[in-house]
Amino acid sequence: MSIFEYNGSALIAMVGKNCFAIASDRRLGVQLQTIATDFQRIYKIHDKLYIGLSGLATDAQTLYQRLFFRHKLYQLREERDMKPETFANLVSAILYEKRFGPYFCQPVIAGLGDDDKPFICTMDSIGAKELAKDFVVAGTASESLYGACESMYKPDMEPEELFETVSQALLSSMDRDCLSGWGGHVFVITPTEVIERTLKGRMD
Amino acid sequence: MSQAVVDVPPKGGFSFDLCRRNEMLSGKGIQPPSFRKTGTTIVGLIFKDGVILGADTRATEGPIVCDKNCEKIHYMAPNIYCCGAGTAADTEAVTDMVSSQLQLHCYHTGRVSRVVTALTLLKSHLFSYQGYVSAALVLGGVDVTGPHLHTIYPHGSTDTLPFATMGSGSLAAMAVFESKYREGLTREEGIELVCEAICSGIFNDLGSGSNVDVCVITKGHKEYLRNYQMPNPRTYVSSKGYTFAKGLTEVLTTKITPLKEKVEVIDASDAMEE
Repeated sequence: MSIFEYNGSALIAMVGKNCFAIASDRRLGVQLQTIATDFQRIYKIHDKLYIGLSGLATDAQTLYQRLFFRHKLYQLREERDMKPETFANLVSAILYEKRFGPYFCQPVIAGLGDDDKPFICTMDSIGAKELAKDFVVAGTASESLYGACESMYKPDMEPEELFETVSQALLSSMDRDCLSGWGGHVFVITPTEVIERTLKGRMD
Repeated sequence: MSQAVVDVPPKGGFSFDLCRRNEMLSGKGIQPPSFRKTGTTIVGLIFKDGVILGADTRATEGPIVCDKNCEKIHYMAPNIYCCGAGTAADTEAVTDMVSSQLQLHCYHTGRVSRVVTALTLLKSHLFSYQGYVSAALVLGGVDVTGPHLHTIYPHGSTDTLPFATMGSGSLAAMAVFESKYREGLTREEGIELVCEAICSGIFNDLGSGSNVDVCVITKGHKEYLRNYQMPNPRTYVSSKGYTFAKGLTEVLTTKITPLKEKVEVIDASDAMEE
């Protein structure tokens, strides 16, 4: 059994027109037993930067705490928020530092950069960045998510349409994965507002 | 100024504090995760006026393609580029690190970097980690001593060659080079030969795929031709696409947070004071 299959997760981030969406499932399990159905996998770093962490839940929480700490230090020193590209480099460096004893986590980073241009990126557990212009996925459901996103993605979607697409891709992929599910948590971020929605999914 | 007790940004290098826990998990039968590899075909050749490097653009995670258009030709110095095969995080980290060291060296000496400098920095780093940093590189560039092309293996050994290939598709690409390479190729002939070698890797090796990136380096000038050839376009796109009606997805809760706007308040009474 792989260490990533211990807790189970599904994460997706997708780019729209001057906006982005980041979504996750809500199940926390210990192998085949579900122990929570409202687990938070997506964390806010600042108003326009979110990170989702898939993989082993304990490493995800530890990594989030370290990253948030480093961002707060950055804010104190620079008196401004970190750009998404800079944050992605920070996460990559922190993960690569543990190259021979890694955190069992795959982050998905999404944010609005300069001129509110959306930025998404994912990494493997040792920090190999993958920047994408359309969508990124992570988690135990990643193979289904790749397929669902490839077919459902369209460039330049408005926030409402982006929400529907991301939700449908997430729900259909979670249905094919035993270890993720119990609904979804979707954030759609535009330059003026953040819309956070929870989805009703299959409860198995 | 007090130092934070926890998590002071360290001086650099690797940190091994999670190793014991990971060993314990392996002992309990939990397999470690697979890392993103760049299955890859990377090539380089020396032509009349300089060096041409080429690479495919597929990144794999096990059998799944995780990135259809990644960049495998990394910048080292304005006159030196390096293609990387092996574990993606290792190639990126090692080329970034040596690129910074080269820039510092450049400032220190006041001279343009030489390819052998990059070569020595890379090989000594890789050798000191005894092959655990799994990066196989094709390094090429033009400096004052002329054009150079080297290959660097994960354990730290190097070769200096007129034409070189690395990665899982290296045999396919080398077959093309061995039959068609000759000294004194022109720029067009060189680029065509590199593309043919990479395409041979793309079509015959399962670990390589997608597009061809080419980088041409000559004395005082470089050209990074990203996606020079795209022999694998996506042909199965449905023209209609999926359209989901608004309100199709069942939503349990919605929370809208407006992002704060900066508002400037000019107090009229203050403006009047001297």
